[in-house]
Amino acid sequence: MKVYLDNCRSAKVEEEVVKAMIPYFTKSYGVPSSLHSLALEADEAIEKAKRSIALPINASYENIIFASGVTEANNLAIKGVAYANRNRGKHIITTRIERPSVLDSCRALEREGFKVDYLKVNNEGFININELEELIKNDTILVSIQHVNHVVGTIQAIKEIGKLIKEKNESIIFHVDATDAYLKVPIDVKKCNIDVLTIPSNLIHGPQGIAALFINENVKIKPLLHGFVSLSETRPGHENVPAIVGFGRAAEIGFAIFDDAVNKVKRLSKKLMKDIEDTFKDVVFLIGPRRRRSPFNVNYCFKYVEGEALTLQLDMMGVYVSTGSACASRELKVNYVLLELGVRPEDAHGSISFCLSRYNNEEEMDYVVRCLKRAYKNLIKISMFKDRVRI
Amino acid sequence: MVYRYSEIVKKYFKHPKNVGKIKNADAIATEGSVLCGDMMTMYLKIRNNKIVDAKFESFGCAANIATASMLTEVVKGMNVDEAEKIEWKDVVKKLGGLPPIKYHCSVLAIQTLRSAIRKWKEKQKKVSS
Repeated sequence: MKVYLDNCRSAKVEEEVVKAMIPYFTKSYGVPSSLHSLALEADEAIEKAKRSIALPINASYENIIFASGVTEANNLAIKGVAYANRNRGKHIITTRIERPSVLDSCRALEREGFKVDYLKVNNEGFININELEELIKNDTILVSIQHVNHVVGTIQAIKEIGKLIKEKNESIIFHVDATDAYLKVPIDVKKCNIDVLTIPSNLIHGPQGIAALFINENVKIKPLLHGFVSLSETRPGHENVPAIVGFGRAAEIGFAIFDDAVNKVKRLSKKLMKDIEDTFKDVVFLIGPRRRRSPFNVNYCFKYVEGEALTLQLDMMGVYVSTGSACASRELKVNYVLLELGVRPEDAHGSISFCLSRYNNEEEMDYVVRCLKRAYKNLIKISMFKDRVRI
Repeated sequence: MVYRYSEIVKKYFKHPKNVGKIKNADAIATEGSVLCGDMMTMYLKIRNNKIVDAKFESFGCAANIATASMLTEVVKGMNVDEAEKIEWKDVVKKLGGLPPIKYHCSVLAIQTLRSAIRKWKEKQKKVSS
């Protein structure tokens, strides 16, 4: 059996999505900037995709633009807003547990003279809204807070945050990275006062190489790329029509089955969590919250073993997961989100993240726990801490 | 980050040799730390300057487990002076290579072996003086 539980990084593309894309490679391969019929077909297909992506989150489809992925979309959201609004101020607020594309964009801006405050989070990954309130100043131009955390699944109170920001200063631009929230938790850009929203494709079973930004009419964003302007001045270049069509179809399917898919994943993650805790008892602990957590995210620390070794053991059994261990990172550092939540480095090395999707099933969850038990036993036999463990 | 382990590394990781403690070991050393995510202990049984048995325990990644496992096999039957001279590169070669980012994990295994031998030598000096 093969069980894929790395859906926070990339997910399977729905077969219907692939089918929808194919004609745009082989038949309707025009781009909307021309005047002939194929260009018109491309233009119509893009508009349809925009509607599928925007309308279910109460956004206007005209306010959607496309980028090459979440990294570019977040770069454009942060740097584009900062550059276009620097005459109003140079202060930005974000959190310490954003995706690297947000954090690194902010750090790059700091080197250019912007001032960035990084909000701390508690041991469940939640920001303190009072701290946010205190940080908002007259020269604050942008607040960027992710809806759902990519490592531990914490769901921030985006509605309250949006309300607070606008009450304090209506001209502050509120960017929300919804990479791990879109089609996983309900989103309403109007009710939440969201000005800019990052929307993924590959995490919603659409193709890789494409993402969207919702940008409210009144928000000024300076383009980061320069070149031929097709549909968007904010993001020049010809549109990746097949990818946009696939993205739109993935959103369309996703919203049509939203409740069923979320409920299914809720059931599965609840079962997985219960079975892991029943099996491992005191050698395991959940990272992140139990309430206000995305059901698509399950993350545990397995004490006394190292996460890279555990990941590899599971891989040999056909279970594909990720770890926050230093030994699995390019910089040989423990995942920063775990440290910000106060997880001790020695425990963080044994963290395993299980990211579910609607394609998983109960039988797979049973298999995963059986494999985990076998893998853990294989490693604890080698460990000098084996006397502390009884499973 | 993607890296690929050789088939030999995978084999030693999946079925490590010489795992556990040696009762009444002549030399024991622990190197690395749980904070860094790689820690290992090596146990040696030494007779007439010759390593007659070697075992290890590891809280470490696949590269560390495989290197330690291979190393304990290699040093068995070796003279301590000879064993002390083993370089991590020699073991890595025997493992069919390691991803460069994992070299330090194999270095840790060599450090632990050398540390165990050093401790044993110091003990011998004390006994003879």
